[in-house]
Amino acid sequence: MIPRFFIKYKLEIIFAIFIVVFAAVFLMNNASIQATAKPGQETWQGSDDMGSAAIEATGYTPWIQPLWTPPSTEVESLLFSIQSGLGALVIGYFFGYYRGQRECSKSP
Amino acid sequence: MHIMEGFLPWQWCVFWYLVSAPFLIYGIYLLNRQVRERRETLSLLAVSGAFIFLLSSLKMPSPVVGSCSHPTGTGLSTVLFGPFITCVLSLIVLIFQALFMAHGGITTLGANVFSMGIAGPLLGYAVYRVGKAVNLNIFVNIFFVTFVADLFTYVITSIELAAAFPATHGGFMISFATFFAIYAVTQVPLAILEGLLIALVFKYIVQSRADILVKLKVLTPEQVTKIMESFK
Repeated sequence: MIPRFFIKYKLEIIFAIFIVVFAAVFLMNNASIQATAKPGQETWQGSDDMGSAAIEATGYTPWIQPLWTPPSTEVESLLFSIQSGLGALVIGYFFGYYRGQRECSKSP
Repeated sequence: MHIMEGFLPWQWCVFWYLVSAPFLIYGIYLLNRQVRERRETLSLLAVSGAFIFLLSSLKMPSPVVGSCSHPTGTGLSTVLFGPFITCVLSLIVLIFQALFMAHGGITTLGANVFSMGIAGPLLGYAVYRVGKAVNLNIFVNIFFVTFVADLFTYVITSIELAAAFPATHGGFMISFATFFAIYAVTQVPLAILEGLLIALVFKYIVQSRADILVKLKVLTPEQVTKIMESFK
């Protein structure tokens, strides 16, 4: 007989285990990557940037520049955080709203 | 999956805009109808859109490969609202990123919306219908839909780039292999992570507002009772 906890939270448990494995593989792989990386070599680059680099390696130069580029990676990560924040805000708002609706319908 | 501003020759920019336009027009029509006629589903529409916003902003390391990428977040709205509404939601996110972060671009918007908003979700939706037809467990089904929508987005980006930049020796296939190695291989662990997350989120949606899922014809009332029982 499997304890009820594991049945009730099976999806959470699967997700949590995957996150732990994900992080562990990242840490181990990172250690070996950092050990073999040449000084100044960038590791864990974005695939979008690597794609752009592969295109530029063919001798192609972009024919138009973005209207606005974040002046530093700090500013860029701020803007990405704002994007995540907006998404999380909406998700949290509605799940809280659903929860409130449920509580209200339970106790008259 | 973001092709940066100016990184596609203009002929290809025009081509992908033309390919994406009919899907977007139909998507906007469906979205309008959804907003006008089925107001009770709007909260889930907002949540689905918010997941695209949230997940596509998270640049995560891909543990086995040694590079970073981001999920697409399109799985949930593909299941709940179908691929056409999903492409409009993706368009909004892609415009936001192109204008404010210089991530992606306005000239490459057609190509990016095709990979993230159209091709990925369409294939994901096909998986969803097949899963439904063979009575696959809904959580397993949603995992596969999300996994496929995410991963296939990056495969399409590789195809778009290989078509625009065929290798001088070996042509399309050699070039496709290069871009596939950069984009799609990185994406596999992230697509699994995203699939598990969306399946988990779906459980919470069933527990909070199963009535909307029934209205959207994602679940039947019997299935809802069964799922509720299985998590007691």
